Amino acid sequence: MTDAAYPVRTERTRLAVAGARATTRSIVGDSERSGRFGNLLFVAMLLLGVGTALVALSAIIVWAYVTGRPLLSTDLLTNYPSTVNPRAAGYRPAILGTVYVISGVVALIVPLGVGAAVYLEEYADGTKWWNRLIELNIQNLAGVPSIVFGILGLAFIVRGPISLGFVAAAGSLTLALLVLPTVILASREAIRAVPSSIRHGSLALGATQWQTVSRQVLPAALPGILTGVILAVARAIGEAAPLLLVGAVTFVTFDPRFFDGGYSVLPVQIFQYAGRPQEDFRILAAAGVLVLLLVLLVINATAIWLRHRYEREW
Amino acid sequence: MPSRQTTNETLSSTDRRVAALAPGPPVNIATGQAADPGAGEREVTFRLEGVSVRYGEALAVKDVTMDIHHKDITALIGPSGCGKSTLLRCLNRMNDLIPSARVSGRLWYHGEDVYGPKVDPVQVRKLIGMVFQKPNPFPKSIYDNVAFGPRTTGMKGDMDEIVERALRSAALWDEVKDRLKENAYGMSGGQQQRLCIARCIATEPDVILMDEPCSALDPISTARIEDLMHELKEQYTIVIVTHNMQQAARVSDRTAFFTAEVDEATDVRTGVLVEYDRTEKVFSNPGDERTENYVTGRFG
Amino acid sequence: MSHAYELVVSGVGAPRPRRTLEATSPRRGEKVVQASLAACAVLSVLVTTAIVVSLLTPTIGFFREVSIVEFLTSTTWAPAFARPSFGVWPIVVGTLMVVFFALIVAIPIGLACAVYLSEYASRRVRGVVKPVLEVLEGIPTVATGLFAFFFLTPLAKQILPFLPWQGPFSIGVAGVAVGLLIVPLVSSVSDDAMRSVPAGLREGAYALGANKLRVTTRVVFPAAISGVVAAVVLGTSRAIGETMVVLIAAGAGNPNLSFDPTKGIQTMTAYIGGRATGDIAMGTIVYDTIFAVGTLLFIMTLSMNMLAIRLVRRFREVYE
Repeated sequence: MTDAAYPVRTERTRLAVAGARATTRSIVGDSERSGRFGNLLFVAMLLLGVGTALVALSAIIVWAYVTGRPLLSTDLLTNYPSTVNPRAAGYRPAILGTVYVISGVVALIVPLGVGAAVYLEEYADGTKWWNRLIELNIQNLAGVPSIVFGILGLAFIVRGPISLGFVAAAGSLTLALLVLPTVILASREAIRAVPSSIRHGSLALGATQWQTVSRQVLPAALPGILTGVILAVARAIGEAAPLLLVGAVTFVTFDPRFFDGGYSVLPVQIFQYAGRPQEDFRILAAAGVLVLLLVLLVINATAIWLRHRYEREW
Repeated sequence: MPSRQTTNETLSSTDRRVAALAPGPPVNIATGQAADPGAGEREVTFRLEGVSVRYGEALAVKDVTMDIHHKDITALIGPSGCGKSTLLRCLNRMNDLIPSARVSGRLWYHGEDVYGPKVDPVQVRKLIGMVFQKPNPFPKSIYDNVAFGPRTTGMKGDMDEIVERALRSAALWDEVKDRLKENAYGMSGGQQQRLCIARCIATEPDVILMDEPCSALDPISTARIEDLMHELKEQYTIVIVTHNMQQAARVSDRTAFFTAEVDEATDVRTGVLVEYDRTEKVFSNPGDERTENYVTGRFG
Repeated sequence: MSHAYELVVSGVGAPRPRRTLEATSPRRGEKVVQASLAACAVLSVLVTTAIVVSLLTPTIGFFREVSIVEFLTSTTWAPAFARPSFGVWPIVVGTLMVVFFALIVAIPIGLACAVYLSEYASRRVRGVVKPVLEVLEGIPTVATGLFAFFFLTPLAKQILPFLPWQGPFSIGVAGVAVGLLIVPLVSSVSDDAMRSVPAGLREGAYALGANKLRVTTRVVFPAAISGVVAAVVLGTSRAIGETMVVLIAAGAGNPNLSFDPTKGIQTMTAYIGGRATGDIAMGTIVYDTIFAVGTLLFIMTLSMNMLAIRLVRRFREVYE
C-alpha cells in the first residue's frame, strides 16, 4: 500500500464506519437514556417472572406445612387408613407400597436403561436406520403422557399378555417403562461426556470393547448415570396418574405384598384422602403431601449435589 | 532382564524363518528403487505391500510399500494431512474404530496378515501398543493406570512388580513411587505421557506405535521422552509419527517421508510415500527433490 | 486367560513362542454382552409397539360400535348414560382450556426465567436459581393439584369475586397450576437454546454499540427462536398429558361443552383417570372409551413431540 493511498483509505473507512453505525443504531439502539430505562424495565420483568416461579414453589411447601401440621406425627407414617376416622388414619400401607413399587422400578431401570444407553453410545452404528429409529423412539417415549403408560399397564401388564393382575409388581413395571426413557437419555449424555481418548487408550492396550466400556467408560460416567437414575426414581415416587389404572386405588388396610393382593402408593393414597368430604381428610392429605415433598426434596437435592460434586471438565 | 534376552534370541530365529517365507523385497513405487536396500538381511516386523486407506470415498493414503524392521525406530514424517497418522493406525488396527475406514493392500506382521480373516484386532493391539498425541491417562490412580492393561489381558504375576517394572522402564518410577495411589490427572503433561508409555510397556507388547507423542509437551519433557525412546529401542520395535524433523533425525534409525497430493476437484488430500531410507541418508542426501525441500525447510 | 501370556511371564528363561494375531479365545462373552445391550435398546421399540397395540385394539372395537364421525363431531360426551353419546369435543375443549391457561402462565414466566438465567444471572445466582427450578419440576403433580384445589381456587375466588364461580372446581385455576408445573420445562429448554447461541453473535452486536436489552431481544432471542418454540411445544405436550392436577382441581366435572374457566370441566386425561378409578367391566363400550380417548391423546402429544424434536434438531444443526 502506498503513502498516497493511505489517507484515501482512512477516509473511506471513516465513512463506512459512520454509515454502519447509523444503520445499526436504527436497528439495535436508540438514545442512551431510553435504552437505560428500557433495560431496567426489562430486568424488572425478568425478575418478576423468576420471583413468581420461586414464590409458587415455596407456596406449595408452605401450604402443605401449614395445612398438614396438625396431623404431623409418627402415627401418620405407621397407622393404617380409615374411611371414618381421619384423626387415626395414616399412610403405612401406602408407604410400604411405594417402597415395594420403587424397589421394583430401580431393579428394572438400572440394567435396562444403562444397557440401552451403552448400546446406543458404544455399539450402535448411528448411520443405520434401525438405530436411528430406536433413538427417535426413545425421544418420543420420553414425551408420552404418563396416563398413556397407565393404559399400557392396564391392557398389557395387568391384563393381556403379561396378566399380573392389580398387584404392586404391575405398578413397578408400568412406572419402570414410564421413566426408562429419562434414564436412557441421562445415561447417554453421561457416557457421551467421557472423552474418546479414554476409549482409545484402553482399546490400544488390548482391552476388548466390553472391558473398555465396563472398566473405563462406565466408571467415568457413573456420577452422571446415578444422577439420571435418582431423578427418574424421584419422578416415579411422585407419579400417581398411571397407577390409577393399574390398581393402586385399592383401599388397603393391610401391608401389601409384591406379587399378590391389593396395594396403594403414597401419592394415590393422598389423592384418595383429598377426595373425601370431611375437612380432616384434607389435613391428612396435606400432611401426606408434606411427607412426599420432604422425601422428594431430599432425593432431588442428593442428585443435584452429586452432579455438582462430580461435574468434570475433560 | 535375562528372560528377555533369551526370548528375543528365540524370536529372532523364528522370525528369520518367517521372513524367509514372506515375499521378496518390495519395490518403492515412487523412486523405483528397492524400498529398503538390505531388507533381506534384517528381521522384518511389518511388511506393507501397496497399502491404501480410504475414508468413505476419500483416499487418505495411497499405495504404501515399505518394510519396518525389528528393534528399529522408524519415523514417519511429512506435512500435515499426508496420512502418516492414518497409516500408523493401520498397524494396530485402530482404524477399525472409524466405521468408514477401509484398508486395502497387504500388511504383514512377522509374516502374518494383520487384516487376515482369523485375526483378532484385540490381540493385535495387545502385541502392538500405542501412545497417542495427547497424553490420555485414565481418570484413575497412577498405579491403576499401569495395572489396567495387565489386568484386562489377564497377565499372571505380582502386579506390584509389573507396575514397578513398567514405571522404571518409562523412567518415571523415582518421580511417582511415593504417590502411586494419587490420581494421574495431577501429573504434569510430560509425566502423563511417560505414564502412557509405562502403561503400554506393562502389557509387554512387541511393538510400540507413537503418534506425535511430544507434540503437546514442552522441550524438557520432549527431551526426556526422546531419551526414553533410545532406551526402549533395546527391547521394542518403535514406529513414531512426528511433524518435528529434528526429532526424527535425533531418534530414528529409518525415516519415511510422506507428502500429500491434493486432488483439485474434490480437495481430498492423499498421502503418498516419497522416500524411505536410513535416517542419515534421508536428511543428508535425500533421493527425492520433495524430501530435500521438506527436510531443508523450504516446504511444509 | 491368554495362554500365550502365561508362558511369557511364568517361564523365566523359557523360550518365548511366537505370539499370533489370532484370537486366543472365541470371545463369545463379548457377543453375548452386545446382544443383550441391543435387546435393552430394542425394548424401547417394543414398548412403543405395545402402547400402540394396547391403544388400537380396543379403539378399533370402539369404532365398530360408535361412528368415528359422531366421535369427532358430536358435542355431547356421556358414554356411561342410559342413552350414551360419544362426542369427544367437550373433553377436548377441557384439555385445550387447560393448555391455554397453562401457556398464559408458563410462557412469560418460563421465558423470563430462561432469559434471566442465560443472559443476566451471575454464575452464583444461576447456581442457586437453576437447582430450585429443578426442584419445582420435581414436585409431584398430586401436590400441585391439591395446592390448586385447596389454595389457589379459594384465592382466585377472593381476588376475582365478580366472576360466576360455581362449585369447588375450576378449569382455569387447574390450567394455571399446570402452567406452574411446566415453567421449569419451558425455562430449561429455552435456557439451553439461548446459551448455545454462539458468543460471537453477542459480541458482534455489543461491538456495534448495542446494549444488553437489545442484544438479548434482537440478537439472542431470534437466534434461539426455534429452541424456544420447541420449549413451548414440549410444554404444550406436557400440559395436554397432565392428569392429576386437572383430575383434582378441574374435577370429574361436567361433560357439557363449555368455555367457562370458572367451572369444572372434564379433560381427556381426567376422563381416563376418573373412569379407571371406578370399577368398569372389561369389554364394555365404556371400557373401550378409555382407549379411544387415550389414542386421541397419544396422537396429539406424539405430533407435538415430533415437532419439538424436529425444531431442536434444526436448531442444533445451525449452531453446533
